[in-house]
Amino acid sequence: MAAIEREDVERVARLARLALTEEEKALFQEQLGAILEHVRALQEVDTEGVEPTPYAVQLTNVLRPDRARPSMPREQALANAPQEMDGYFFVPRILEE
Amino acid sequence: MYEVIIGLEIHAELLTDSKIWCGCSTRFGADANTQVCPICLGLPGTLPVLNERALELAVKAGLALGCEINRFSKFDRKNYFYPDLPKAYQISQYDLPLCRNGAVEFEANGEIRRVRINRVHLEEEAGKSVHSGDNIMGSEYSLIDYNRGGVPLIEIVTEPDLRSPEEARLFMEKLRTILLYAGVSDCRMEEGSLRVDANISLRPFGETELRERAEVKNLNSFRALQRALEYEVRRQSAILDAGQRVEQDTRHWNDQKGVTISMRSKEDAEDYRYFPDPDLVPVVLTEEQIETWRRELPELPDQKAARFISQYGLPAYDARVLTSSKAMADFFEAAVERFGEPKTVSNWVMVEVQRLVNEAGIEFDALPIGPGDLAGLLELVKRGTISNNVGKEVLEEMFKTGKSAADIVKERGLEQISDTGELEAIVEQVIAENPGPVQDVRDGKEKAIGFLVGQVMKLTKGKANPKMVNELLRQKLTGGA
Amino acid sequence: MELYALPAHALRQMLDRGEISSVELTKSLIERIEAVDGAIGSYLAIRVEEALKEAEEADRRIREQRDVGPLTGIPVSLKDNICTEGTRTTCASRMLENFVPPYDATVVARLKAQGAPILGKLNMDEFAMGSSTETSAFKLTRNPWNLERVPGGSSGGPAAAVAAGATVMALGSDTGGSIRQPAALCGVVGMKPTYGLVSRFGLVAFASSLDQIGPMTKDVKDAALLLSAIAAHDPLDSTSIPGDRADFLAELDRGVEGLVIGLPVEMLGEGVAPEVREAVNAAVGVLEGLGARVEEVSLPHVRYALAAYAVIATAEASSNLGRFDGVRYGFRSREDADVVTMFETTRAQGFGAEVKRRIMLGTYALSAGYYDAYYLKALKVRTLIRRDFEKAFERCHLLVTPTSPTVAFRFGEKADNPVAMYQSDRLTVPANLAGIPAISVPCGVSQDGLPIGLQFMAPALAEPVLFRAAAAYEAAAGWASMRPPLEVK
Repeated sequence: MAAIEREDVERVARLARLALTEEEKALFQEQLGAILEHVRALQEVDTEGVEPTPYAVQLTNVLRPDRARPSMPREQALANAPQEMDGYFFVPRILEE
Repeated sequence: MYEVIIGLEIHAELLTDSKIWCGCSTRFGADANTQVCPICLGLPGTLPVLNERALELAVKAGLALGCEINRFSKFDRKNYFYPDLPKAYQISQYDLPLCRNGAVEFEANGEIRRVRINRVHLEEEAGKSVHSGDNIMGSEYSLIDYNRGGVPLIEIVTEPDLRSPEEARLFMEKLRTILLYAGVSDCRMEEGSLRVDANISLRPFGETELRERAEVKNLNSFRALQRALEYEVRRQSAILDAGQRVEQDTRHWNDQKGVTISMRSKEDAEDYRYFPDPDLVPVVLTEEQIETWRRELPELPDQKAARFISQYGLPAYDARVLTSSKAMADFFEAAVERFGEPKTVSNWVMVEVQRLVNEAGIEFDALPIGPGDLAGLLELVKRGTISNNVGKEVLEEMFKTGKSAADIVKERGLEQISDTGELEAIVEQVIAENPGPVQDVRDGKEKAIGFLVGQVMKLTKGKANPKMVNELLRQKLTGGA
Repeated sequence: MELYALPAHALRQMLDRGEISSVELTKSLIERIEAVDGAIGSYLAIRVEEALKEAEEADRRIREQRDVGPLTGIPVSLKDNICTEGTRTTCASRMLENFVPPYDATVVARLKAQGAPILGKLNMDEFAMGSSTETSAFKLTRNPWNLERVPGGSSGGPAAAVAAGATVMALGSDTGGSIRQPAALCGVVGMKPTYGLVSRFGLVAFASSLDQIGPMTKDVKDAALLLSAIAAHDPLDSTSIPGDRADFLAELDRGVEGLVIGLPVEMLGEGVAPEVREAVNAAVGVLEGLGARVEEVSLPHVRYALAAYAVIATAEASSNLGRFDGVRYGFRSREDADVVTMFETTRAQGFGAEVKRRIMLGTYALSAGYYDAYYLKALKVRTLIRRDFEKAFERCHLLVTPTSPTVAFRFGEKADNPVAMYQSDRLTVPANLAGIPAISVPCGVSQDGLPIGLQFMAPALAEPVLFRAAAAYEAAAGWASMRPPLEVK
């Protein structure tokens, strides 16, 4: 399970939207394999009946009242945008839905 | 012939003032990117905090759809990249949705049908992409507006219990009615606050396994839903007739061309990598809280229909039609309160008022006449001031001008023309009581007729139409005009 | 002693007595930065004009005795993943090279409200991913004790700046040891609070369930002071613990007599450098001498902590860093034939190798078919680690371990070997997984003249006792006054 195939690297890079070079793919295949080898130790642990801990605090029901407040000025919203047009964020064409 | 299996995924925006994780307004129609802030733009370092009203409305939607409410619920991230998704994940609910196992009943071809609701969960809306050119295919670039991003949304998933395109439409009409009654969403398909995607597959009758399905998107009206599904029934039937298998895919409905087009096959389906959102904490609901929200729900369509049958003695058909819109049901009840005679009111509301609403292409709640106005009209009909048929004309005039029935009747002198029966009786009476002048008229003394007309006017306190009275008298006394 | 060498609590008295002004103090620190930071490389941005303006306002408050708090007029520097309105916040990444936040992090707003001038933004590992500050896209930060050595990471800039006297105090962030390990390697105090004690709003997220902002200071009292200034419930952070915060200074002088201090056997053996172990043993002797009872305890699952951490932290990071897509802010590649190409090349060019590696690992761990084996398994092991601590804390008030298994290493020594680099966090990640507070204080110098750090860990929300023990040790051992032998040009 620890070894990671080239196809896995490519599949994961696609999911993560990372255009990797051939060198990076080879490097990551090796390095991720080594890290996963280390991570494999987790399988030794008996976790039968153990609840997962996805949260670091034991809080529930943190809510805010439904009150609208002013938004930020549009110029400020767009201030960090790499490209804008007519008050919108501009992106290159979207090939598929 | 095949058995048609349809399941629906419905998205409805919730009626909150502010967004689900931040205080930006949810108002529809503002200029692009004017209802955004660092939180809903997904700026680095920002964090979500749940809007309590969004939670309440989502649970109320579930209760209105007969769901069980999960006492422990949490939010998960659905990870995918799209320009309108600011954080590259949508905060949604995966394995512990707020609501589960509901059911909705509706009528199709005189039969009560039941559709199971698999789940109702709370999530956030994405932004909106405006594509250059006519549509996404072939556009040069796209422009993103994040005003809708972060508006609270419920996703309702049905079991595949629908058996025809028409049933799918009728179910959606009922679902919309329920959500409107519950006050959780304004359900405006034209503004995108109600949306539906459909999963459809066919199988030979008698088979129990589900076959490959198509997921149909871009259904912008209930009519489009039915038409797209009818198209799919034909398309998939042809494939199965040819002995082939339907390919599982996602299809886009083109309303102009009336066809569905394949967008992507499920082979390269996205891997959303759901996991619990560590920026949020779980929601734990007490029985007490759930019951409070249940009590706060208004009477829902099915309950109201049952009450209309028992309280007003209406036929089941009337009760269902009247309660198909909360505005119509409320209008009916208010009119009955003023006028009585529930069946008479029901007939007028279901037929005449509804016809005017349909012709005008408006929603019932935009009706320009009130229940008191209708009661006033029915009172005139009841008293015989005007006939039933004239009443319909008056109603139309009321709808157009907003004037009261009495004013219209008076202005147009409608009561005078209409009551020929009453007028005839009075004329007979005058003839019987005035043998002298009557003989004069018969003898050709034209002037005498004026006296008789005057007598009729006196008896009717001037409401009789002199011309008609004249004609009636001539008819009766000389056999012609 | 020079102003730059003094802790905040000493400067406070001088400011209150009118012996110095905040403007003088701020100017002297700017001079100090100019003198030493060419060699150290701790700053990414210095807010000269803004800080002086804030110092003037602080002086006015002090003069008028209006709203003067412990930090009024005391300059503070920030790790560059803490958002500052109007001042670039880069996370030491090309991705955010020109990102100017339109808002302040809650901790920054709190510091400003108290009149603490914000001196500048400090270097770090890119997106806080690293243990040596070598993954910064912009510059190397050097360890003031030995310029050939790394300062640790990811809060290497803050640690080096505090050690070099290039600031009075700093805020870092700690996801798996990113405050404590560089503090240990640079000979300063670094503290990670209980998860939820300090607002994360405005901290650019690495791993949301592990990240905490914390103080990096010259001594324990300053750490308690700075934590007091930033710790508060924040309605903008759903994971912020509600209610008032404890008085972190109250128990500072109470000593350790009567405290039971646990020595986790699993965290002292394998992989810990002998001189680090010796220094920690000596420190344990000091604590015993002060009247603490020291007992060996076992945390059987901590040996899996690093593996669980690697999965959880990268899984969360892979999702948290998705938003850097070149649409709303940050870097965008020129390859924009279509939006997917733009996404993929933007992220490939905007992120460095370590960030990409972690995004890849986290994406893999969450992907279909691997979720249960990696992510879910790691969350369950996390539960067991948390329980180990709960059990240990039934017997002990505190636990003590080395902070880092080694002293500062050389540049490039581990840069090409991620597994070796990750080992640097071995002793610090358990506290993050358990959500408990921990502090690193200096406990000696190696033969090469490099600092060694001692880590105390306490139960959740037991910061007062954590500071109490650390302060008692610090006072007895005398390491707080040690300063790097920096040559000033």
